[in-house]
Amino acid sequence: MLYLKSLVVELGGKTVIKGVDFQVKRGELALLMGPNGSGKSTLLHAIIGDKRCRLVSGSILFNGVELAGLAMEERVRLGLGLGFQFPPRLKGVKLRLLALRILEKRGLARDEAEKTLEEYSRLLKMESLLGKDFNVGFSGGEVKRAELMLTLIQNPRFLLLDEPDSGVDVENLALIGSAISQYLSSNGKAAILITHTGHIAKHVKASEAHVMIDGRIVCSGDPGEMVSNVMEHGFEKCAECRRARR
Amino acid sequence: MNLEKARRMLKPRAEKALAKTAQYGLDIDLSEFRIEAGLGEGVEGSERVLESVGIDPRERNRSGSYYQVDNRTVYASARQRGLTVKPLSEALKDSENLNYYWRALPVDTDKYTAIAFLGEREGYFIRVDDGVSVDTPVQACLLLRTPGLIQAPHNIVVVGENSTLHVITGCAAMREEAGLHIGVSEFYVKKGGTLTFTMIHSWGKTVHVRPRTVAHVEENGVFISHYINTSPVSSLQTNPVVYLNGEGSRAHLSSIIIGKESSRIDAGGTLELVAPVCSGEIVSRTIGFDNSVNVARARVAGRAPGTKGHVECRGLLLSNGSRIDAIPELEASVQDVQLTHEAAIGRIAEEELLYLVARGFTEEEARSIIVRGFLSVELTGLPENLAKYLENILDSLSASL
Repeated sequence: MLYLKSLVVELGGKTVIKGVDFQVKRGELALLMGPNGSGKSTLLHAIIGDKRCRLVSGSILFNGVELAGLAMEERVRLGLGLGFQFPPRLKGVKLRLLALRILEKRGLARDEAEKTLEEYSRLLKMESLLGKDFNVGFSGGEVKRAELMLTLIQNPRFLLLDEPDSGVDVENLALIGSAISQYLSSNGKAAILITHTGHIAKHVKASEAHVMIDGRIVCSGDPGEMVSNVMEHGFEKCAECRRARR
Repeated sequence: MNLEKARRMLKPRAEKALAKTAQYGLDIDLSEFRIEAGLGEGVEGSERVLESVGIDPRERNRSGSYYQVDNRTVYASARQRGLTVKPLSEALKDSENLNYYWRALPVDTDKYTAIAFLGEREGYFIRVDDGVSVDTPVQACLLLRTPGLIQAPHNIVVVGENSTLHVITGCAAMREEAGLHIGVSEFYVKKGGTLTFTMIHSWGKTVHVRPRTVAHVEENGVFISHYINTSPVSSLQTNPVVYLNGEGSRAHLSSIIIGKESSRIDAGGTLELVAPVCSGEIVSRTIGFDNSVNVARARVAGRAPGTKGHVECRGLLLSNGSRIDAIPELEASVQDVQLTHEAAIGRIAEEELLYLVARGFTEEEARSIIVRGFLSVELTGLPENLAKYLENILDSLSASL
C-alpha cells in the first residue's frame, strides 16, 4: 500500500530524513518510535506533501502511484489522512461546522454528514465540544480526540497519526486506541502511528514497530517486544544496539 | 416650543460649524455636493439591493418599515400597537417629540452635522411606548439615487421604559455616482428598555459616508449595535458615541469592516460610562484588501465607580497594499473602574492553511473558512431570524473573498 524507498528529506535547509526504506501493507498498522527530533513527524509530513519538507531523493509509492511531485491536495484526494501532533486552534470556527464541511467535501449529503458526525462524536466522546471553536480552550486529551475524529471522518485509506497518545490520560488512551482499531478493522485501511511513549501500543493491534533515530530506521521488529524494550531501556539502548550490529 | 423656534435657536451654531472639520477621517469639500430633495422616487425595481442590506420588501417578519430615497420618504408603516414609524417631518409636528430633536447629538459637532441640520428634510422617527415589546424588527432603508447629492436623513429612535425594539437599517447607493451620505441618528433608551440596532452598508466606491450617531441610555437600559460594511466605499468615517447615563445600563458595539479596493475607512465607537455600575464592550473585526486604508478605533471612558469596559479590536491583512491601524483607548477618571483591551492584527497563518488543506480543502476553501472564523462575532441580542440573516451575509462574504 505505502512503500518508501531511500527517502531523503530536507526541512529548513537541514537533512532530516537520511534514507528511509519502509513498507506498510493493506490491513497493517506500523508503530514508529524514536526520540524527540529523530525525524518521525517530518517523515509523516513528507508523505502527506507538506511543502516545507523538500524531497531530496527517493520515492514514495502509494498504491503504485508516485507521490513525489504531487501537491498535498492531490495526496489527500488519493486517500492519505494526517492526524497532526499539534493541530492549530481556529478561533470562530466551530468544531461541528468544520466537521460537517469535511464530510460534505467528501460528497456526503447534509443528513448523511450529520449522521456520520453523530456516530464519530459519540465514539470519541466529543458531543459536548461540537459547539465550541476548534481547539480553543480544549484540554490536551480533547485536542487529541478532536484531531482523531476529524482525521477519521475524512475516511482516508491510509492514516498517518502523529502522536495521538501524547499527553493523554489512561481513559482517553483506551478511547483513542479503540477508535483507531475500529477504523482499521474495516477493509483496505492501513496506518503509520507515531508514538513517543508507546503507551498506545496496548490498545491497538500493530503489525510491526520501527525505531527511528537521527533520520534513519535503526530497528524493526515485533511491536510487543520492541515497545517493552524501549519502555524499559529507552532509546539510548536502541542506539547502542544499532552500533553493536554494525 | 415649536419646530420653527427650535431650529431658529440651533441655526447660528450650525452655521458657525460649517467650516469645522471632523476629528477623524478624510476631509470632504462640501461645495462639491448639493443638498436637496433629490429625484427620490419609489424603491420598485430595487428589491435585490434592498435584500442585500437586510430589507425585506414583502415585510415578512417585520413590525414596521421606513424607506427613504435621497431626501424623500417613500414609505412608512407600523404594524404593532405602541409602535410609531413616521417620517421625521411628520413626527416633529408633535411638540413632545422636539425633546429628542438634536438633543443627544450637537448640531455643531462638525461640518457634517451642520450641513445635515441646515439642509434637513427627512429621516425616520421610530418610537416604542413604555412597556411594549416589539419582537420582530423594524426595517429602515436609505437609498441614494441622485448623483452629486448629500443624503442627510435625521433619524430618531425612542425606546420607552421597559420596552424592546430591534431596528435593522440597510443603506445603499442605487448607481455608481458620486454622493455623500450623512446619516444623523439619535437614540434614546429609557429605563429598562432595550434597543438593538443593526446596520448594513453597501455604498460603492464613489460614495463618501459620514454617519453621526449618539445614544443615551437610562437606568438598566441596554443598547446593542451591530454594524457591517460589505462593499467598497470612497471614504467612510463613523464613530458612534454611547452615553450610559443610568445606573446598571449596558452597551455592546460590534462592527465588521471589509476594506476593499481603495476604500479609506475610519470606523470606531466610543462608550462613555457615566453612571455607576454600567458596562459595555466594543468588538471590531477589520479586513484589509487591495489598497484599502482602515483605521479601527475604540474608546471606553470609565467615569463612575463600579463601571466595566472592554475593547477587542482584531484586524486581518489580506493584501500587501492595504493597511490597518487599530487604536484602542481607555480612560479612567475614578478609582473603581475596570477597563481592558486587546488588539491584534495579523495575516492568515500558514500553519492554519496547511492544516485545512490536509483536512481535504482547497487552499481557497481553507482561506474562506479562516476568514469566516475571523468574522465570527457574537451577534448578541438579536432575534433568531435576524441573527441567521447576518450569519448568512458573513458566510457569503467570506466565501466570495
